[in-house]
Formats: sequence, structure tokens, C-alpha cells
Amino acid sequence: MEFFLQLVLSGLVVGSIYALVGLGFVIIYKSSSILNFAQGEFLMLGAYVCVAIFNATKVPFLAAFLLTLVFSALLGVTLERVLLRPMIGEPVISVIMLTLGLASVLKAVVQGIWGTDTQPYPEIFPTTPVRIGPLPVSQGYLYSVGSVLVLLALFSVFFKYSRAGIAMRATAFSQQVALSMGISVKRIFALSWSIAAVVSAVGGVLLGGVRGGVDGAFALFGLKVIPVVILGGLDSVAGAIVGGVIMGVLENLAGGYLDPLLGGGVKEVAPFVALVAILAVRPYGLFGKIKIERV
Amino acid sequence: MLSLKNVEVIYDDVILVLKGLSLEVPEGKIVALLGSNGAGKSTTLKAISGLLHTEEGEVTDGVIEFLGQKINGIPPEQIVRRGIFQVMEGRRVFEDLTVEENIVVGGYTRSDRAGLKRDMEMCYSYFPRLKERRKKLSGYLSGGEQQMLAISRALMARPKLILLDEPSLGLAPLLVREIFGIVKKINEQEKTTFLLVEQNANLALAIAHYGYIMENGRIVLDGDPEKLRSNEDVKEFYLGGGGEAKSYKNLKFYRRRKRWIS
Ligand SMILES: Nc1ncnc2c1ncn2[C@@H]1O[C@H](COP(=O)(O)OP(=O)(O)O)[C@@H](O)[C@H]1O
Ligand SMILES: [Mg+2]
Repeated sequence: MEFFLQLVLSGLVVGSIYALVGLGFVIIYKSSSILNFAQGEFLMLGAYVCVAIFNATKVPFLAAFLLTLVFSALLGVTLERVLLRPMIGEPVISVIMLTLGLASVLKAVVQGIWGTDTQPYPEIFPTTPVRIGPLPVSQGYLYSVGSVLVLLALFSVFFKYSRAGIAMRATAFSQQVALSMGISVKRIFALSWSIAAVVSAVGGVLLGGVRGGVDGAFALFGLKVIPVVILGGLDSVAGAIVGGVIMGVLENLAGGYLDPLLGGGVKEVAPFVALVAILAVRPYGLFGKIKIERV
Repeated sequence: MLSLKNVEVIYDDVILVLKGLSLEVPEGKIVALLGSNGAGKSTTLKAISGLLHTEEGEVTDGVIEFLGQKINGIPPEQIVRRGIFQVMEGRRVFEDLTVEENIVVGGYTRSDRAGLKRDMEMCYSYFPRLKERRKKLSGYLSGGEQQMLAISRALMARPKLILLDEPSLGLAPLLVREIFGIVKKINEQEKTTFLLVEQNANLALAIAHYGYIMENGRIVLDGDPEKLRSNEDVKEFYLGGGGEAKSYKNLKFYRRRKRWIS
């Protein structure tokens, strides 16, 4: 039982980070129909930049973290401006290829600057575990799941109630009609790339803190996010969150119980198996919207 | 207030749709732009609002002036800020937003909270049905309610000129009459100018102060509603009971040549 709970718990931590990256992915997809394959690289870059700022400036970690968020927001705006805006009107598939290219470039830049060794993270969470019932739980887990929850709640409120959030949803429905309302669609795109980069960077830093360091494997989170968002329904923020958590837990359980029996590899495959199974039952994903049809 | 002089529009670099169209919309009036399907009415409105950009269309000749300033070439989101709001054909509500969220988006270009709040109430008083349904997703509204919502969105921007594209499309006659009545009321009470595009000439001329009839990318006839109604060819079009030849295409070609170039 304790083994099971431990697996679920660490699955929740990874799953909440999937949820963040998934959120970024969905925001870009919703506003511009672009699948951003560089989402995992945003996470990796955020994790590297944060520790680099911390090491170089010796400011408190929290300050380094906030600077990283500013960096990510600017990165998002800049990428939209120089890379994606010139692609407006081009076929979506070319834009998607472009994000694949962007992913390789970001990976190369990171390796060029920081090499391939793990960059250690400072102790950012208190190290003594707290007990929840019978279970000793590392505080890092609690902090990261907690901050993800807060962040997701903030974004839900933002999308539901703020004018910018409503305008983003309107743009996702139809760019032309959004323009006719006086909404600057370019600004909405820039905003969505910023948000995507920022939430991914938060995920990266939390992951760095929990794992005690960052390396190139962080970018793999981008790959895991594809089944996560398809599971959730691709255009649903709630779906990305639930999908992320389910995937994280499932993957961990599969790894804990099946890998020893089958000799490994199940952990990596499990998300995709789950994906196929769920899509067979719900072709639009768990939360995907079925277009409103009136007769 | 608004004038188009010899406007030419080309889609996809080759398809010539507006062929030197000229018209004027005086401040405070409702001007009807009538014509059969494919005449170029929607294209005219998109040329004014700038939405042509999003459809590979371009104003290749002529001038569009609003309040004395040339506006062709300005991006659509800025034209809204100058006071022109297009209510597109087919209503085009944001279906997965609620009624109230649609109304909020309509006021996107403004930031005076008190005014926005007041205008939302104004929309609800013009269209009480929307108030009852304000928490509903607008995709589930009836066609008539969606049209009301589309007009409300426009009102929220407090535009000087509303370009209204075929509000009667696909709606029951009774509902159409109600909506036209409200358009007239808005024109009188809010002093909003309208350029009203319609295929339903009878109804449009009932509330318009002036009318243009266009065919094949050009204005072929214009005048007061009375004059247009009494014109034999127009009469034949909408009073002619035979059911045959129901097209403005049968209209004699009345175009005054290059009236704007003297
Ligand atoms: N985006 C477009 N690309 C190419 N041709 C178009 C486009 N929109 C309209 N047209 C053509 O322009 C003509 C006028 O269309 P439109 O302005 O929609 O007419 P109306 O609103 O009077 O029915 C039609 O022949 C139509 O096929
Ligand atoms: Mg039309």
C-alpha cells in the first residue's frame, strides 16, 4: 500500500508538471491552431536560465525565478514576432514544422552554453519530509503540486473572467470575427506564446527543484505532452490539466508494477496505450468540445 | 460621413468584384444597399471595415473616406477604434462563449467601465431576450437571438457607423420585422448611422432614408425609398407576383458614368 501511495504521489508531481506544459500547448493551439513542438524545450530552457541567473547573480532563488518568468514572457513575444508572424497565411503544417526546427535550435543553444552535464540545483525546498498519515512526503512535492494548483487556478480565473482571457477565447473561435471586434489578433498570439513559455518555465524550475538538477532530458516532457493534450481533448484547458495528472500517475504506476515483471519500458509506453484506449471510447478526448450543431 | 469613390476590389489578385463603386452615407441616417446574391454587397462592407485583408481581397483603386479621412489600407482592428463596426453576414457569434461574454467582447476597444456597464444594460433593454439567456452559450441561441446578440456586440463598441450585413438572412418574417424595428429605434435614440445591406428590399426600404441598388459590382440605381419603390423595374423585382425573373439583374443599367470624377 505504501509503495502504491508513493507511486501515486510522485506521479502527481510529474503529472502536475505535465499539466503546466499541456496548458501552454493548449493555449497556443486554441488561439492559433498551431501545435507547438518546442513546448518541452521551453521547460528545459526555463530550468537552465533560472539556475544560471541564480549562480551568476547570487540573488535569492525566488528573485532568480521571477526573472526567469520575465525572460520567458519576452522569449514568447519575441518568437511570435520574428518567427511566427511572418508565417501568417502560410499553411499550418509549415508553421508546425517551424516549431520542430525551433525545438532543435533551442536544444542546440542550451547544449552550446551549458554542455550536456547535469546542472545542479540549490536546495530550494526544505529537506525534512512531512508526514501525511503513514506516509513521509518530501516538501518539494507538496510545494510543486501546490504551486501548480495555484497557477492553474489563476489561469482558469484569467480565461473565465478577464477581458484579455475572453478575447483569447473569442480569437480561438474565429480570428476574423475577433478582428471585427477590434481585437488585435497579433497581440493575442504574442500573449499566448508568452503564457505558454512562462507556464513551461515554471514547470521546468519546479522539476529542477524536485530532481535537484536540470539536464537535456527535460525537453522530453514536450513529447509526453502530446498524449496528454490529445487525451484531454487538445483544445481544452481543463482537459490538459486532468490529462496531465492522469498520465503522470498512470505512467508511474505502470513503471512501478509492470516494469519489474516485463523487464522495463512499460513506463514509457503506458501513456500511449492509455491514449489509444481512451480515444477508442471518446474520440474527442476527455474534454474535447464537440462542435455545436443546430438543426 | 462615409464615402466610397470609384472603389475597385480584387480577390486573389485576379477576381474583380467591385468595379468602380461609389456611394455615400450621411451622418445619422440609415442607408440601404440592396442587390441580389453575389452582387458584391458583403465585399463592399468588408472593404470599408478592412476585413477584406483576411480574405485575400484588396482595394486596388478608389478611395474610402470616413469623417474626412482616407481609411482604405488601415487594419480592421484600428478601423473599429475609429468608429466603424461591421456586423457580419451570418451573425457569427462566438458560439462557445456565453451571451454575456459575447457582449463583453463587443466592448473590447473601450475601457470606460461605467460606460460599458451602462451599455450592457442598454443592450438588454433593446433585447430583453438576451438578458434572460445571458449565461447560455450563444451557440445554442436561435437564429433571431444570435442576430440580436450580433447587433448588441456592435452597440457595445459605441460605433458611429454600423455596417449591418443581411440581418434578415434565414429568419422568420415576424422576427425580421422586430429586428428592423429595433434598428430604426437604435438609429433614432443612439444616433448611430447604419449602412444596411439586404436582399429583402421591401423591409430595408421601410426603415431606410436612402437606398442604393447594386448589381455586378456597381451601383445601378439610387434614390429615396419612395423613388426606388415607385421605379418600375424595382417594383417588378419585389412586387412582381409572377415569381419569375426575380433578380435585380433585370434592372436597366442606370449607372451614371464616373460621377465622382468631374
Ligand atoms: N473571399 C473571396 N474570394 C474570392 N471571391 C470572392 C470572395 N468573397 C466573395 N467573392 C466573390 O465576390 C462576389 C461578390 O460576393 P459578395 O460580396 O459576398 O456578394 P453579396 O454579399 O452581394 O452576396 C461573388 O461572385 C463571390 O463569389
Ligand atoms: Mg453577402
